[in-house]
Amino acid sequence: MKTSVWHRLLKTTEFYLVLVILLVGALISTLNPEFLSLENLLNILRRNAFLGVFALGLLPVLISGGIDVSFTAVATVAQYIMALIITTYSVDSVLLAFLIPIPIGILLGAINASIVSYTRVHPVIITIATLNAFHGLLVFITGGTWIYGFPASFAQFARARLFTITTAAGRTYGVSVFILIWLLTAVLTWFILQHTRIGRKVFAIGGNLEAARRSGFNIFGVHLFVYGFTGALAGIAAVIHTAQNQMVEPNALVGRELAVVAAVILGGASIFGGKGTVLGTVLGVLLIGIIRNGVILVGLSSYWHQVTFGFVIVVAASINAVQSQLRTRNPGISL
Amino acid sequence: MATVQPEREKAPVLSVRNANKHYGGVHALKDVEFEMAAGEVHCLVGENGSGKSTLVKIITGVVHPDHGTEVWVSGTKLTKLSPYAALQHGIQVVHQDLSLFPNLSVAENIASHKYAGHGMKLVEWRKTNEVAQRVLDELNLDLDLQKRVGELSVADQQLVAICRSIASEALILIMDEPTAALTYFETQQLFSFLRKLAERQVSVLFISHRLDEIFEIGNRLTVLRDGRRVGTYAIDELDREEVERLMTGKELATGRPSDHTRTETEIVRVEGLTRSGQYQDVRFELRSGEILGLIGPRGAGRTEVALSLFGLNPPDAGTIYMEGAPVELRNNRDAIRLGIGYLPENRLREGLVLEQSIENNTVVTNLAQILNRWSLIDPTKRTRFAEGVIQDFHIVAPGPKPPARELSGGNQQKLVLGKWVYTSPKCLILDSPTNGVDVGAKEGIRRIIARLAEDGLAILLISDEESEILANCPRTLIMREGKLYGPYDTTDLDEEQLRAMIRHEQELTV
Repeated sequence: MKTSVWHRLLKTTEFYLVLVILLVGALISTLNPEFLSLENLLNILRRNAFLGVFALGLLPVLISGGIDVSFTAVATVAQYIMALIITTYSVDSVLLAFLIPIPIGILLGAINASIVSYTRVHPVIITIATLNAFHGLLVFITGGTWIYGFPASFAQFARARLFTITTAAGRTYGVSVFILIWLLTAVLTWFILQHTRIGRKVFAIGGNLEAARRSGFNIFGVHLFVYGFTGALAGIAAVIHTAQNQMVEPNALVGRELAVVAAVILGGASIFGGKGTVLGTVLGVLLIGIIRNGVILVGLSSYWHQVTFGFVIVVAASINAVQSQLRTRNPGISL
Repeated sequence: MATVQPEREKAPVLSVRNANKHYGGVHALKDVEFEMAAGEVHCLVGENGSGKSTLVKIITGVVHPDHGTEVWVSGTKLTKLSPYAALQHGIQVVHQDLSLFPNLSVAENIASHKYAGHGMKLVEWRKTNEVAQRVLDELNLDLDLQKRVGELSVADQQLVAICRSIASEALILIMDEPTAALTYFETQQLFSFLRKLAERQVSVLFISHRLDEIFEIGNRLTVLRDGRRVGTYAIDELDREEVERLMTGKELATGRPSDHTRTETEIVRVEGLTRSGQYQDVRFELRSGEILGLIGPRGAGRTEVALSLFGLNPPDAGTIYMEGAPVELRNNRDAIRLGIGYLPENRLREGLVLEQSIENNTVVTNLAQILNRWSLIDPTKRTRFAEGVIQDFHIVAPGPKPPARELSGGNQQKLVLGKWVYTSPKCLILDSPTNGVDVGAKEGIRRIIARLAEDGLAILLISDEESEILANCPRTLIMREGKLYGPYDTTDLDEEQLRAMIRHEQELTV
């Protein structure tokens, strides 16, 4: 009954993603060798860290059979309130800064979970609604003004890195703290999904909701957890994004949610629930980041980024579909 | 794990006393007494609406019975009836849909009850695997614990569902139509497994429409009719006809189908039809007025042949003749145009759009007949058409407007039949038309089929149940591992003989 390691590997989405990433990488580096420099690769990781954290936050919701597209608005609300507090009271501590957006994210996630559980309307509709409501309210109340002038610790935080390497031209680079946060979040998400009861319940309700109900699982509890988790990670992403840009602009994040959803699905998560891995999610974000980077390095217009992005999604999704057909191949009838 | 306790041999493991249930004004269950002994396989039979599911729902705590109903488990009266209380007392249901998590491993599914309850607690993977392995070992099963359940066959999935019940210490296992999706050999496997459970003093409540299975696996049998208990019998006290009589309360015609409607006019002829991996060199002919059986175990290729005749599974080689002329069927529109109708095995999934009204379901194959002069659908014509079908096929329905899902299984089957017969086909392929409907409805469908043959239709009836073939078809083809044998005259055969022919116990000639 046991299948070989090679066979198992062939069945994983991650394997194909790595192949695609290598292929795309090879293509870009023949057009511009700059791509393969350590500085550029670390830069890709750093610039995509906040998207990577968003994606990890989204993963459990998708596995549970739900979806959340409101996380960009949640992050915007969280970073705005954080920025207001920090700049108004001159809080010169990044650690304290983290303590503001995460609870806000959890709270807004809990609102999503409650509406989804109570109304039983499909979560894509609910979270489109809350996306607009959260964002609209924020812009209405604040007037949409941008916030600058963060304390010095924020700028230091953005530059913090493991190792510093100086290039011949005198530029310095290294492993940014953003990358570390992304990595830690990934490990945390993996641990929760793989080794806690709540994590296995997330898989269970995504696999068969009715069976979960019959087994006596607390479905609302799982909903609270997954939407709260999305909110919490949106809060972390909000801090990274704020530090990276050293300002808060209410329209910077909203509109990018679909790219994140696409990245997670590229990573092998199923839109119908029950399926998805942390590694795949990280690779999905990386692939999209590499394409964006490549389009710039090759010198194409940024519209080409959108075109290639769409193309890659179609290809990856098709591979995914073919794979799952192979998995459930029925030697008998093919209709 | 349930341990063997000698005193349980005496006290019934489950006893339901004075069970009554009203749904609104309907008295669904009337003074029913029901008892199960430890380690027995107890079958529950009755037509649709006889109260079977109400009784099961009371036992499992899903519905609240009327005041005065008592449920006792192992000598203790349950004070509170709820699904949770039922589970606590070791009453486990293996639902028809199995209620498994397809994306989780075998081990997790078996041990999943450990996840109920709260929290951020960690999963002890080693313990999960141990619990699951122990159950598999005890029941002598060989399954890959790490394999995902969705990748298993339906039969193995069922075993997983049963193992899960055993892992959560089931005393009483309720199985609702467990064999509906199994092949003959898988059913045999399941039965030997159930016998093993019985040795461990687990009691099985077995619900099935297939009487031959009940005679094979059951120790005792309780018959319900119109919400009342007709009686509880030892299986060897009864034979098939008696059970049918007890269930319906009337004598059913047991006459054999006759060949008199078969004419000389050839409708379909198949020569050397082959599709690699599915069936080889299939040849037969089907005449007007004939009801020809095609029987074989699931996976033998019978459904694949049928789909080829309906243009959905193109053969690699061979020729299909319609009324003497060779035809090429590229898709099912070709087949329908040439006068071939197909009633699929899984009527719920393939034959009806359950959410749509009865009338929309009847007209979907007959749109040309209900158009007005601008070629648009005429609602009045549509309703009249549907009313005609309902009347013609004796469909018990409140009218043409409600959705098809509100009909009982037997009436849904008649509706699919009607939908095809009204296309005026020359040949009708019926795949297990009486599968999963109750005895009375089986008889109704049998009469309709006989009448259609009298009207000159050529009918190919596919089945994996010997009783269904013998009741409907004067002659039958036998399919085994992709090869077709026959036709054979069925009038002198009984179920045992036919079964022996289908299995490898008897040489067949082409």
